[in-house]
Amino acid sequence: MLRKIIVTLFVLICFVLQCSVFDSLAFAGIIPNLMIILTSSFGFMRGEKEGLIIGFFCGLLSDVFFGSFLGFYALVLMYIGYLNGKFSKIFYPEDIKLPIALIITSDLSYGILCYGLMFLLRGRFQFSYYFMHVILPEAIYTIVITIFLYPVILFVNGKLEAREKRRAQKFV
Amino acid sequence: MSPIIKRKGERFTLPSKYLLLILTILCTGMMLITFGTDVFNRPLNTVVGYVIVPFQRGISSMGGWLSSRSEELVQIRTLLDENARLREEIAALTEENTLLQQDKYELNRMRELVALNEQYGEYDKVGARIIGRDSGNWYSSFVIDKGADDGLAVDMNVIAGGGLVGRVTSVGPNWAKVTSVISDNVNVSAMTLSTEDNLTVTGDLKLMADNCITFSQLVDSQDKVVVGDKVVTSDISDKYLPNILIGYINTINKDNNNLTKSGLVTPAVDFEHLSEVLVITDLKQTVE
Repeated sequence: MLRKIIVTLFVLICFVLQCSVFDSLAFAGIIPNLMIILTSSFGFMRGEKEGLIIGFFCGLLSDVFFGSFLGFYALVLMYIGYLNGKFSKIFYPEDIKLPIALIITSDLSYGILCYGLMFLLRGRFQFSYYFMHVILPEAIYTIVITIFLYPVILFVNGKLEAREKRRAQKFV
Repeated sequence: MSPIIKRKGERFTLPSKYLLLILTILCTGMMLITFGTDVFNRPLNTVVGYVIVPFQRGISSMGGWLSSRSEELVQIRTLLDENARLREEIAALTEENTLLQQDKYELNRMRELVALNEQYGEYDKVGARIIGRDSGNWYSSFVIDKGADDGLAVDMNVIAGGGLVGRVTSVGPNWAKVTSVISDNVNVSAMTLSTEDNLTVTGDLKLMADNCITFSQLVDSQDKVVVGDKVVTSDISDKYLPNILIGYINTINKDNNNLTKSGLVTPAVDFEHLSEVLVITDLKQTVE
């Protein structure tokens, strides 16, 4: 229960930060994608199911506020969370390389998917331009933010897992 | 063991594969349904209106306060220089003003003759504050702190600083989403003010950083439209009220078909530094 409340708070805070605070911290009009950081880090820390549920709700929030129709971002982020969950078996909290690699891959594939489905289909063919000016800068900025945000998520998740373990032992 | 009477400690869990499948179907269904209709919009907009918008409102007012404080510190020095310069300018302008006053009396007399109203004076407007920007980098839209409770509705036009910003595309009880005209998926039917030639103004992500938008389909066989002409919303648009200033023509190119022209428009609004907007609560009259 406590986990659910805290994860919900994480999602809400990150969303609000992303569309208010980070907008004024934008470099060259590019803002980082906190939703990807949350979705993929909970994915590889907690497994497929939690990743896909968090991805779904993160995406749904973006959909309701900024999508032209519901379900698009929810679908994309849900699959990203699910696929990141596949890596939970080889995830160790001490290792920072896997999370960074996963988050950057997730953000790049998110950007390419968004381009393909929202721009390519409307006849905007200059992929190299969009890649160099939107997708890549977003991924790099996201990684910079990850360096600060990921330890917080890891710490909170560690505390929650320790608490769950204590409670589980109590009932044995 | 019947699945209804559960033993303690044995909980029903859905494998993640099936959950993924169910949610995929749900998302696809929602996309298909909301593509044409807006059945889910009202309940969801209401819920997020009460969960997210208060946070956004608080943070944006905090952020606004902080950034204005930091700007104050930075700007004091430049302001001192500017002050001296402006004082000189005031002297020059006062003189000019007296001349213009005389012209104004003449203008007013002429206006009465042709019974022309002030530019936007005829529309009812509601002021609103921007509390959130698009969370992605692809489109340009933002959330304002007024909603259906303040009389806003979808398709209402939004202006700021004398120019067109966009239109309301989604409304909650206490918030509304405004899609701006520089957004890549927006087309506005417009006309040039001087010659009343129709053209289409389209947002472009590539030009968003330069604060520019493109125009196309301008039929101007007599080459009367020149750089610097005002572009306003046209009379034939079904979403935008007529004669709202969009911007000024920046460049004109002849299309390959030798019939139409296209080019760039510099918007009248500075979309980078937008914090308050005006929503026109009059809707364009449509043919039922």
